[in-house]
Amino acid sequence: MNASNQGPGAGTTAEWPLWEVFVRAKAGLDHKHCGSLHAPDPKAAIQLARDVYTRRQEGTSVWVVRSDQIVASDPADKAMYFDPMEDKVYRHPTFYELPESVNHM
Amino acid sequence: MYTQAMDLAPKEERKSVQSADDAQREAHFEARIAAGDFIEAKDWMPEHYRKTLVRQISQHAHSEIVGMLPEGNWITRAPTLKRKAILLAKVQDEGGHGLYLYAAAETLGTSRDQMTAALLSGKAKYSSIFNYPTLSWADVGVIGWLVDGAAIMNQVPLTRCSFAPYARAMVRVCREESFHQRQGFESLLTMMQQGTEAQRAMVQDAVDRWWWPSLMMFGPPDAESPNSAQSMRWGIKRISNDELRQKFVDACVDQARVLGVTLPDPDLKWNAERGAHDIGAIDWAEFWRVVGGDGPCNRERLAARNQAWDDGAWVRDAAMAHARKRAMKEQAA
Repeated sequence: MNASNQGPGAGTTAEWPLWEVFVRAKAGLDHKHCGSLHAPDPKAAIQLARDVYTRRQEGTSVWVVRSDQIVASDPADKAMYFDPMEDKVYRHPTFYELPESVNHM
Repeated sequence: MYTQAMDLAPKEERKSVQSADDAQREAHFEARIAAGDFIEAKDWMPEHYRKTLVRQISQHAHSEIVGMLPEGNWITRAPTLKRKAILLAKVQDEGGHGLYLYAAAETLGTSRDQMTAALLSGKAKYSSIFNYPTLSWADVGVIGWLVDGAAIMNQVPLTRCSFAPYARAMVRVCREESFHQRQGFESLLTMMQQGTEAQRAMVQDAVDRWWWPSLMMFGPPDAESPNSAQSMRWGIKRISNDELRQKFVDACVDQARVLGVTLPDPDLKWNAERGAHDIGAIDWAEFWRVVGGDGPCNRERLAARNQAWDDGAWVRDAAMAHARKRAMKEQAA
C-alpha cells in the first residue's frame, strides 16, 4: 500500500487511479473528451480537472469517469465494424438527385 | 529541444526476424504513415515506434516539470503584483503541460510512476536548458522570450506528429505557450524602454547568458543526430534540428533589434546568398556536458524533484487512504 515510501516506482499500488476528462465548452455544446488525469477519488478528480483543463475558461461543465470503466470498440475490428457503411450511400441526402427547383429540401 | 536527449540514445537496430503477421501489420502501418494518417493509442504500431514515442513524450513532460524550477525561483521576488500573477500563471501552465504530456505517454502503456522513477533516478533526461541558473529578474523575461520562443518553434510542428495523443496535447500546449513568450518579451521591453541604466545592463547580461544555451535547445547538428532520420520517416519529427535553429535565429535578430539588446555572437551576420543569418560556432562540448549531467544546476534540479516527491508521499498516501475509507463507508451503507 505504501509503495511511495519505498522510493519512486517501487510499486504501482500507490498510483492514483486514472480518469478521463470531458469538458462542455459552453451551454448548447456536447461534453468533449479533452484528456486524462490521476486522482484519488471523484471529488478530487473534478477539482483537478478544473485546474488542469479549464485554466482559461475552456469550460462551463466537467465530467470525469474512471478510465477502467470505459468500454471501447476494438481497433482491430475497425474494418469489420465501420467499413460496411461505406457502400450505403443511399443513407445520405446527396444520393438523391432532384430537380433544381426542389433541390433545397 | 525539450527532447534533445533523444539524440543520446544509440542508433537502434531493427529486429531482423519478424513474423509474417507482424510484417503485414508493419506494412499497413507504414502505409498509413505515408498517407498522413494519425496513429491512435490502441492501433497496432511497431515496438520501436512505441519505444521512441514513450522516450520522447516522457522527456518532453519531464522538461515541462523541471522547467518550473528556474522560474519558480523568482515567484516570491517578482517586482510587482502584476508580474507575480503572470509568473504564477505561467509556472502553473508548465505544470499543466507536463500533465498533458504524461497522460499522452501513458496511453502507450507506460505508467506515471515508471516515468517519475526514471526522472528521479536520473535515468530519464530533460532539456539541458533547465540546468542553467536564473540569476536575476531579467532571466525570467529572457526565458519567456528565448527559451519559450525556441520551444514554440519546435512544438508547432509537433502538433502534426503522427501519434495523435501527442499531437493533441501539443495543440493545447501551443495555444497556451504564446502568452509565455509575449509576456517575457513585454517584460524585457518595459525594462529596456522605461528602466534605468542598471536594468538595461541586467537585461543584456541575461541575454548574454541565455543566448547560446537557447540555440543548444534544438539539439545537435543534423549530421550528428543519429535517430532523426527514423523519426522524420515516421512523422514523429517534422523539421530538422538545424532548420528549426535557423528559423529561430532569423526571428530573434529582428526581435533583439526592437528590444535594443545585442546578441552575443560576433559572427552573427546576414548571408544574402542563403537568405538567412550565419552564426558562430556552438560549443557542443558544453551541450554534451550539460546533457550528460554536469551542468551548473543538474544536481540541484534533480534534488529538488526528489525532495518534492518525497515530501508529497504522505499527501498521496493520505488521499488514497481517504478515498478507500469513503468507498468502504458507502459500501456498508
